[in-house]
Amino acid sequence: MNAIEVDHLVKKFNHLVAVDDITFNVLNGEIFGLLGPNGAGKTTLIRMMTTLTPPTSGTARIGGHDINTDADGVRYVLGVIPQAFTSDPELTARENMLIHAKLYGVPADKRSALIDELLDSVDLLKFRDTLVRTFSGGMRRRLEIARGLVHSPQILFLDEPTTGLDPVSRTNVWEMIRNLREKSELTILITTHYMDEADKLCDRIAIVDHGKLAALDTPDRLKDSISGTDVVEAEFGNAPPDWLDQLRGLAQAASVTQRDELVRISSHDGPATVAALMDLARSRKVTVRKVSVQSTTLDDVFLHYTGRELRDAAHGASSFDVSHLYR
Amino acid sequence: MKVYRIWALIERDMRKFFRSPALMMASMVFPLVQLIVLGYAFGGKIKGATIAFVDQDHSVESRRVREMLNGIEAGPQTFRVVDYDSLPRALDDLKAGFVRGVIQLPYDFSRRFYQHDRPRIAFSEDNTDQVMASALLERIQQMVDDLNSPAVTSRLDSQVQLNTVEVYPYIEYAKYLLAGSTAMAIFIVAMIGGGITFIDDKSRGLHEGYLLTPIHKTELVLGLIGAGAIKGLFAGMALTIIGGLLVGIPRLWDPVRLFYLTLVVLVASIAMISFMFLAMVRVDDPLVPRAIFGVLNTLLFFPSGAISPIEGFPRWLRWLSVVDPFTYTVHALRNLTIKSTGIEGIYRDVIILSCFAAVMIGCSIALFKRQL
Repeated sequence: MNAIEVDHLVKKFNHLVAVDDITFNVLNGEIFGLLGPNGAGKTTLIRMMTTLTPPTSGTARIGGHDINTDADGVRYVLGVIPQAFTSDPELTARENMLIHAKLYGVPADKRSALIDELLDSVDLLKFRDTLVRTFSGGMRRRLEIARGLVHSPQILFLDEPTTGLDPVSRTNVWEMIRNLREKSELTILITTHYMDEADKLCDRIAIVDHGKLAALDTPDRLKDSISGTDVVEAEFGNAPPDWLDQLRGLAQAASVTQRDELVRISSHDGPATVAALMDLARSRKVTVRKVSVQSTTLDDVFLHYTGRELRDAAHGASSFDVSHLYR
Repeated sequence: MKVYRIWALIERDMRKFFRSPALMMASMVFPLVQLIVLGYAFGGKIKGATIAFVDQDHSVESRRVREMLNGIEAGPQTFRVVDYDSLPRALDDLKAGFVRGVIQLPYDFSRRFYQHDRPRIAFSEDNTDQVMASALLERIQQMVDDLNSPAVTSRLDSQVQLNTVEVYPYIEYAKYLLAGSTAMAIFIVAMIGGGITFIDDKSRGLHEGYLLTPIHKTELVLGLIGAGAIKGLFAGMALTIIGGLLVGIPRLWDPVRLFYLTLVVLVASIAMISFMFLAMVRVDDPLVPRAIFGVLNTLLFFPSGAISPIEGFPRWLRWLSVVDPFTYTVHALRNLTIKSTGIEGIYRDVIILSCFAAVMIGCSIALFKRQL
């Protein structure tokens, strides 16, 4: 059964289309990732799904509740950890949890034990009576995740959960999400612009760019969907003009592209292609300045489906950032 | 509507309010300073003003005038008299601000006196300062009336006399100002708690956290206004009591009067918080409440009659005072603190403030955006 059904959702801000006719389903118990650069429309999409922003057209059913006609039903089945910190820095961790438990109508006799259990699960129990303003970014994110679970939701939305966190905190948050998955039946939807995060955590990934769904599948199938399983990257000195054409004839090479001085060769067998490349370079007296071989990454997938690399898209995202329109 | 959600929001604000006394302090410091400085700077009796006396007559009668001036100098001390032998020099000093008025007894003062030919005393005053000018004129007019009264009066005098009965003992200006200072304390809480903090919480994303829960907008608005009103109640009562003790309000601890004071401060708090909430309900920029603080303060405080009677205002300003919640707050609090009235002196103000609050809350709920 589907936990989330997104049906032709569209969001326009005046003439700018932030989300352009997106449709997908998320299965019960699945960790689903929305991968895309900043400004791709992920947050707008998640805001529509969490009833924070009304869609221009289309709808979504979250836990069987329609966002347009049963917003309260959606809010009860959802736990949401927004991109920005929403815990109150002037309250303690326990107080933040308590206020939210009351807002959701968690019975008084269950609140205290539940709050302690959740704080313990995010390793914050010893800080339960500490003011949140003294917390690090990682601690605060963990608190937000615990708070999002205080009403025992069926579905958890995490909007860029590790943005702005140091590597150790990121790893902790990943660990927490994996633990949540193992210990509960939660369906988790994560938006992220980190490829490694999506690759390591998600059962399926939807690639979103310029408000559109570019691809949707498991990380492995997405990687398999592009030609070659490995990527060889190399830089050359005194290469002849027809050098790229010669490289295309290398053993196991699927495709060859060049950006600046870096040549990328998609290969079905990276080591074999490197060996052939070295032989060819030696015979043509071309200097190999640098060479590396790696497995296909989601960045390659993103490049394949959107025509640009995720990190480039992120750098150029400001022109698509529509957050100021509804903040 | 679920009341427990409203209480959850109130609880949140109360925990923050009692944890940090900053809001309480901020809301009290300015009105208390205003009460003490303004209260004792304004409204006091004029004392020690310098008056030039130019006697050009040098007669027995002019000596009599001088002695009466000496009497004022020694008694009510409204002014002290400095003798001048040159009228032009006295007038120059008046223009230069060294003296506040010039009393001139002309050469023919005694001659006219004895000839019953309307003897005249000239009084030149610096009317750039209306308060000073009217106080000096009143005192000198009183002296002239005394000069004119006959030494022996008939037993059956046909002159009409005005007997004045002051209903209350002399009220110092600081006591008069207390009601306005209390209203100001409530307003500052409304401004900081209902305006600045509300917008800051919005811009910091805290509201997004609440909007993600199943809370209804009516519950959210009532919770925020309720929390603000309780904070306003604490600040208003604290200022009434501290200010009342400072300026010497009698029978401050009378339980009935404390109950009525609590009622008025609570209703005024709800009215001002809901007014502020309505003003900020669609605002997102944290600079806006800070920018309009002074404007709102001026628009609400001064037309309310907090520092001078509304009857002295021009017509347009009187209309402003009619729609100003400060006006009814000040009126009710003044009745309770310096007139010691009961419910009969405040019920109209309480009803008007309640209706005002109901309209503000209704409009706030209607305009509040449940979505981003």
